[in-house]
Amino acid sequence: MWIRGLLLLFIFTTILLAGCSNTARDVRSAAEVEIVNVSYDPTRELYQEINKAFADHYKEKTGKKVTVTQSHGGSGAQARAVIDGLKADVVTLGLAGDIEAVAKKGLIQPDWEKRLPDHSSPYTSTIVFVVRAGNPKQIKDWDDLVRTDVKIITPNPKTSGGARWNFLAAWGYVAVHKKAPEADAKQFVAKIYRNTVKLDTGARGATQSFVKNKLGDVFISWENEAILAQKEVPDQKLEIVYPSISILAEPPVALVDKTVDARDTRVVAEAYLNFLYSDEAQDIIGRNTYRPRNPTYQQKYAAQLPPIKTFTIREVAGDWTQAQQKFFGDGGVFDQIYRVK
Amino acid sequence: MRNQDTGHSPRGNAVRKDPWFVRWSLIAFTMGFISVMIIGPLLNVFVQGLEQGLTVVGQAVSHPHALHALQLTVIATVCAVVLNVTFGVAAAWAIARFRFAGKAFLTALIDLPFSVSPVIAGLIFVLLFGAYGFIGPLELGSVAQRSANAASFGLIGLALYWLVSKIGLLAWFRRPWIVGAGLILAFVGFGLLRPVSEVQRIDIVFALPGIVLATTFVTFPFVARELIPVMEAIGPEEEEASRTLGASAWQMFWHVTLPNIKWGLLYGVLLCNARAIGEFGAVSVVSGKLAGRTDTLPIHVEKLYQGFSAVQTASAFAISALLCGLALLTLVFKSFLEWKNRQQLLATTSKGAP
Amino acid sequence: MPGHKRTALPGFRWSLGYTLTYLCVLVLIPLAACFAKASGLTWEQFWDVVTDPIAVAAYKLSFVTSLIAALLNAVFGLMVAWALVLYEFPGKKLLDALIDLPLALPTAVAGITFANLYGSEGWYGQYLSFLEPDGFVGHWFSANGWFGENLFTVDTRARGGPLSIVIVLMFVGIPFVIRSVQPVLAEIEAEQEEAAANLGASRWQTFRYVILPAILPAWLTGFALAYARGLGEYGSVIFVADGIPGETLIPPVLIVSKLDQFDQQRSAFKYEEAAAIAVVLLTISFLTLVAINLLERWTKRFEPTEV
Repeated sequence: MWIRGLLLLFIFTTILLAGCSNTARDVRSAAEVEIVNVSYDPTRELYQEINKAFADHYKEKTGKKVTVTQSHGGSGAQARAVIDGLKADVVTLGLAGDIEAVAKKGLIQPDWEKRLPDHSSPYTSTIVFVVRAGNPKQIKDWDDLVRTDVKIITPNPKTSGGARWNFLAAWGYVAVHKKAPEADAKQFVAKIYRNTVKLDTGARGATQSFVKNKLGDVFISWENEAILAQKEVPDQKLEIVYPSISILAEPPVALVDKTVDARDTRVVAEAYLNFLYSDEAQDIIGRNTYRPRNPTYQQKYAAQLPPIKTFTIREVAGDWTQAQQKFFGDGGVFDQIYRVK
Repeated sequence: MRNQDTGHSPRGNAVRKDPWFVRWSLIAFTMGFISVMIIGPLLNVFVQGLEQGLTVVGQAVSHPHALHALQLTVIATVCAVVLNVTFGVAAAWAIARFRFAGKAFLTALIDLPFSVSPVIAGLIFVLLFGAYGFIGPLELGSVAQRSANAASFGLIGLALYWLVSKIGLLAWFRRPWIVGAGLILAFVGFGLLRPVSEVQRIDIVFALPGIVLATTFVTFPFVARELIPVMEAIGPEEEEASRTLGASAWQMFWHVTLPNIKWGLLYGVLLCNARAIGEFGAVSVVSGKLAGRTDTLPIHVEKLYQGFSAVQTASAFAISALLCGLALLTLVFKSFLEWKNRQQLLATTSKGAP
Repeated sequence: MPGHKRTALPGFRWSLGYTLTYLCVLVLIPLAACFAKASGLTWEQFWDVVTDPIAVAAYKLSFVTSLIAALLNAVFGLMVAWALVLYEFPGKKLLDALIDLPLALPTAVAGITFANLYGSEGWYGQYLSFLEPDGFVGHWFSANGWFGENLFTVDTRARGGPLSIVIVLMFVGIPFVIRSVQPVLAEIEAEQEEAAANLGASRWQTFRYVILPAILPAWLTGFALAYARGLGEYGSVIFVADGIPGETLIPPVLIVSKLDQFDQQRSAFKYEEAAAIAVVLLTISFLTLVAINLLERWTKRFEPTEV
């Protein structure tokens, strides 16, 4: 009778469940390894290419097959997921503050930033503007963003790493570049967010709002995301506007010590992170519109990634911990901006 | 929500005195409303999915991530449905066939997951089973912590036992203290619950079990809610008769009860199934969204939709069209089951029209 | 055993025991975890989080949009149910079956298709530019228009604003009113209507005094169900709404964003705050549920008795 079938199905399902649940400790042959790279939103295409190259590279070097599984989301959201148990072997997030959050929970060693060159960021990016074909609103620099007739797209700094870079870039323009007092910077940034018409949770969502749903006149964006958008939708003829000065965004990478030790993947994960600094990876990085650290490749892609004046986060707010606290924490500057309604 | 007799006008012979303009405007409104609100979006999904051509559709549907998402969705759905059927049958049996104090309260509790936002449904399992959750893995060497957990949970169990005894539910049990002991032990067990060692730890959040739990929670009431009215309507006479004729409990259940509730049960399964496949919010919070590992179909659709190339958008809609197709199939089955159920009710209850 | 009713039917202990255990394990304990987590805050902190202007705006948005959507569904649903039950017209069976689509359709799919439909270039959105802030309706309701200046501003955009939330909530709530009312409408005795007509009642009077009271409980139940459904909706809303804190941010999105925010002082993500907001939502949902149950019970008392 069909009830027996149901019972059998139940038993079968339970067994299946038990079998499927231990994804972290799959019995694999010695020749196969899997690592998980938890990354932030815009790096999907970048890591697709890097992972393929790394797999080939690693197979050549050691004969082992390695699969890199990716997860993408808002930088802060990803950090939370890792803390909550998402088994990441490496994290390649949007800002040091988010990796620091994971480190504070004991999952990463406290000196993680020093373990790799260049503050553990093998690539950099910056913040630029994307505008519609022909730049109808004539947006040239930061000051144009606060005009009343300009509609802005930028993600929510509470959840998106890129959004925090955006915020600090705008703040830095006034506080660092113009050397104006903080109150002016706050007013400036407040005006920018008042002009914002949609606050997505992640950088990719914001790109989609601007490109697909055609919201807003200007999109404050990662440079890599901007160039990618331009390439992917050529019929829209989007233009990239480089402001007079912007922030040097240094998205860092790190090994998650707790996970790699538990899964015994430290060797592979270290090889993966070191690979990011190799010539091959730096080339891929440049090709995918991120700014490589390696000067040879910086030159190679200089046409796509023109030189731009930048300031660093250290000039804006010391370090990420201080920046988080001051700007993005409860009652911080961003909250104050939205509270005034 | 039992959709019963809507297929034909029951008052075929009665004088329909609605003025013609009322009649025609209501009909026009109905057609317009359903077209705009339901048919429009449905068509839109298919059209957007086909916008980049059939090859894109084929690629989207056969992509390994999509296939894995489908597999995960199916597994989670089947588990949720099976679990909730066992619950639904048990609950309907207890509620429809017996009288006991607190029945109304129990029914209300069963309805509770309906009103809980899916995000909260995901959140609660993260709070329980996340790395820093109440039941999640504890740090080594915290025996004191574990004991404290066990004690506090034991107290909760004690409180629940007291509550249950106050309501009077315990009076129905022959040995209420067994119930109490069992309850408290279960809670103490929860407090002590922890993985045996790192190697054998089962990931709940950000893995399949978490997704199953969240889906089961969200679809929890569906089967029960369908079965209870059906069983109440059918009445216990046949089952009681079979018992007096000497049937054992299982015989009664399998040969009398189940055939009677067959269609209602399948209806509940269908609703549960449809909801489980489509669940997004709860799984969003609990799954970690690892592409090719913990993505369900709706989450995969979300990811595709977030890509800004036209191909990715079309792929998102293509897979959505698949889900729409499933939904339409659900509707077809639903109509069939309703018809069957109506037939059965008319035949077995005294409410059948002469 | 005091009060133990010996019935001919077996399985009471087992079925009730299993029911209670399942309920505890799957529903009560996880929900309790929410309250337990929120209790990690002091009362003052809890109050701060829960009455934060953005949170309050989120609750208001959820209530108001769910209410409006449910009201619209109540009115339209009654009209549709009326036509479906009482009239014959081509395609009726098909339309009737389609009513249940919102129940069977994944919310994310509903979300992306509505975002697409009502966007500025969508099938519907392209005709709705008058709702934009620079269109004539949108302008009237904005801060510069007559209504907005003298009364209150309303964001009337078909996509991205609160109106879009109402539209999508209306979609998910369509089946509730219609399916609640249909069976009752179908069962109203023809004799009662004929009697009323014979006694000289006009069609309107028959409707008002005979039919309406009969369907009122079911109508209210359907309305309440649609409302409760709208309160928690997440998957479809996040695709259509802009998510601007204080304007188009719904409570579930607020919860998720709190989960992703890192508190420097406590060196942890803000689970307690997320749980606090969840507690508020749960309490409200539970109260709504209780209200629905009471409503059902109350209106059943006024059901017309069988003649």
